[in-house]
Amino acid sequence: MEVRGNTIKEMFKKNIRQYTMLIALAAIWLIFTISTNHLFIEPRNLSNLFLQTVTVAIVASGMTLIIVTGNIDLSVGSVAGFTGAIAAVLQVKYGWNAAASVLAALLSGLAIGAWHGFWVTYRKVPAFIVTLASMMAFRGAILGITGGATISPLSEHLKMIGTNYLSPLPSSILGAISIALFIVIMIRKRAQKIKYGFATSSLPVDVLKISLLSLAMAGLFLIMIFNEGVPYAVILLFCIVLVFNFLSQNTVFGRRLYAIGGNADAARLSGVNINKNLMLLFMVFGVLTSVAGIVMTARLNAATTSAGINMELDAIAACVIGGTSLVGGEGKILGAIIGALIMSSLDNGMSLMNLDITYQYVIKGLILLFAVWVDMATRKK
Amino acid sequence: MYFMAEYILEAKDIIKEFPGVKALDGVTFGVTKGEIHALVGENGAGKSTLMKIVSGVYPLGSFKGELRVDGKDCRFKNIKESEAAGIAIIHQEMALIKELNVTENILLGNEVQRAGIIQWDKAYRKAEEAIKRVGLNINPAQEVRYLGVGEQQLVEIAKALSKDAHILILDEPTAALSENEAGRLLAILEDLKTKGVTCIYISHRLKEILHIADRVTVMRDGKTIATLDSNGLTEELLIAKMVGRELTQVHPPREHKRGDVIFEVKNWNVSDDATNRGLFDLGFQLHRGEVFGIAGLVGAGRSEFMMSLFGVWGKKKGGTAILNGKNLAVKTPEDAIKAGISIATEDRKRYGLVLIEDIKNNVSLASLDKISSWGIVDENKEVGFAEKYTKDLQIKTPSVEQKTMNLSGGNQQKVVLAKWLMTMPSVLILDEPTRGIDVGAKYEIYTIINQLAEKGVGIIIVSSEMPELLGMCDRIMVMHEGKITGTISAKGASQEKIMQLATGGTL
Repeated sequence: MEVRGNTIKEMFKKNIRQYTMLIALAAIWLIFTISTNHLFIEPRNLSNLFLQTVTVAIVASGMTLIIVTGNIDLSVGSVAGFTGAIAAVLQVKYGWNAAASVLAALLSGLAIGAWHGFWVTYRKVPAFIVTLASMMAFRGAILGITGGATISPLSEHLKMIGTNYLSPLPSSILGAISIALFIVIMIRKRAQKIKYGFATSSLPVDVLKISLLSLAMAGLFLIMIFNEGVPYAVILLFCIVLVFNFLSQNTVFGRRLYAIGGNADAARLSGVNINKNLMLLFMVFGVLTSVAGIVMTARLNAATTSAGINMELDAIAACVIGGTSLVGGEGKILGAIIGALIMSSLDNGMSLMNLDITYQYVIKGLILLFAVWVDMATRKK
Repeated sequence: MYFMAEYILEAKDIIKEFPGVKALDGVTFGVTKGEIHALVGENGAGKSTLMKIVSGVYPLGSFKGELRVDGKDCRFKNIKESEAAGIAIIHQEMALIKELNVTENILLGNEVQRAGIIQWDKAYRKAEEAIKRVGLNINPAQEVRYLGVGEQQLVEIAKALSKDAHILILDEPTAALSENEAGRLLAILEDLKTKGVTCIYISHRLKEILHIADRVTVMRDGKTIATLDSNGLTEELLIAKMVGRELTQVHPPREHKRGDVIFEVKNWNVSDDATNRGLFDLGFQLHRGEVFGIAGLVGAGRSEFMMSLFGVWGKKKGGTAILNGKNLAVKTPEDAIKAGISIATEDRKRYGLVLIEDIKNNVSLASLDKISSWGIVDENKEVGFAEKYTKDLQIKTPSVEQKTMNLSGGNQQKVVLAKWLMTMPSVLILDEPTRGIDVGAKYEIYTIINQLAEKGVGIIIVSSEMPELLGMCDRIMVMHEGKITGTISAKGASQEKIMQLATGGTL
């Protein structure tokens, strides 16, 4: 089989959706930079922006796979708030140490995930309904275990994951290693594609692509280093994205999830155990949600009764903007991260502009609509 | 070629391109009023694309070239405009809405209404007239989803007729019909001809075409090759023009060698409450290296029998199945595959492929354990297998990363076959393996089946095409309404004998 090289134009057309999202992000950043007199682009703010994105991005990483299988999870906000509250309550009221509190929170996330999985797979209740019920129930549960009060302050160890930073020198080293790794992986990918005769872009185009992306990564790291260093939460997100990306692209589990979402009948007849795989997915997602809950609680240094409200909508919006199809079978985790960045950039920028909260909601809604429309329009081509 | 006055429909130098492929490359042909004009060609030759242009699915501006109906230039912007010009098309993929009833489907878009309120009495009567015209005897208030495939097809045709079309385009109309229903349809078309209706008939069934068409246009690779009068035309000549080579044998020759019994089913009884159907006392023996056919009319229960062996149809009420000497206890497809049985089901798009995914992902879907360790997929192995099968089965594609939804029917079927071959089964069941596939690809698939049999795999072919069964199988089992009416050797069998058994008779 022969290798075909693409021109920039062809490559652009093929990946127009991915690049559209990045261009949109850049455009939004540009607009806010101008309208806030450069306040938006200052390292302090951008670093904060990344930190603000982490919770939704963690959830979006898993939500992508949930949506890929044709399901949805509306309970993540309540469950994140609940599991975070468990950690906080155990520590503040019962004196548990950080590690034990975190473990308890993670286990409760696992149990909730199993609960969802059970109803969806074995009782065949639509995920929409199962998780809608949880959304309501666990909001109540938060009130229950917190007694309606705000639970704080947390211990240094517990707060760490939400509020601490890796100091500038180690951050720089981490940045350098990450970028080097990225370049190596991209080069290997290209070499592999050539070996199998798959279509790749021409060499100059690929060099341009890798260089630009490396520069962007370097830029992101520098922004954080100029502030206080890379936040622990961002490193955690980084790891989660790596793991889930690997899971979705390179594991048997991931292959089966995409098959279930693409054509459940064909998957079943090909020997895929749909119930077992979905159950596992919901359980993993339950744990992931509790991770997000712990980070959120740590950042606020408190568990509040309104923690996580509407987080599910932000997460779903992030996935959809990032190219995940609500019909199932299609979706990339990296896309969801960009989607999460877009949503939180809007939040951050509009707040800096002191825009009335009404306008903020309306604008976010309209942008979501627009983004999905653009996605569907480019998809047809 | 120049425009002739008596052509009711003519196309001149039509070119239609999609990203990456030129579907039509200068198509020119004409249909005279009141004739039945057949359009033949391999899958991918461009027949369906051409008809989509004629019927307005691809509107003016999306293609180059000239189209004329009744001598006037066509400027169809959508299907409604082509319908207004008297053109009605019945697609290969049926376009009925299953949740609505027969009347609602037939009158969809042309409802009998006054000021927006449907007049049901008149509507039912109009629908009844339409379905009587196609010889269908059903309640016009029956929901379409409860009708069989053959009946749904006839409802589609009734719908087209009720729109007073005088140019009817039928795209593979008899593919899912039984012999009786197909015969009935052809009779209706002949009847319509006397009433001045013109028909364009797209089909792979060459015998049918020679029987009913006045002229035949052959397409290949997006071009019109020839328009021939059906008088004196033979199947061999048509096939030669379609594939560009002489095909003296439709079925590749094979040495019929068979070994000992590897699969034995006895007293197999299954019932399904959802459809209220059952399988009664079924049984057969399959030998190593044997090609075993299962024949029967639509509704005989052949596919259901195979699916019940695979664990996905009905509740087993009794019987045994022994594979390779071991008792087969199958609750899920996973069990069956592990035990060594694989099924390539009918309707490859719905049950066989994840269309959104590429070839390699589809090929490896049932054998993920073979290409992974500790749950991590080895991409090298995966691509290796995909490429091996692409080469062995001659799947036409630029790479194994091509999405299967972009492949032609024949190549899609090969991907499905590849998936099941990768599971290395002892018994491979093929349900309608060459339905909707062009002549060239059919031959290739038959060759693959023979090679498998030579390797010792036991093969079961469920098929509605009797020449296929007679040409490929060692023995043929015939079913009728959930029971077996006979198992005969292919040597000395005939279409008449099979039909006799299939209709419930005895030899």
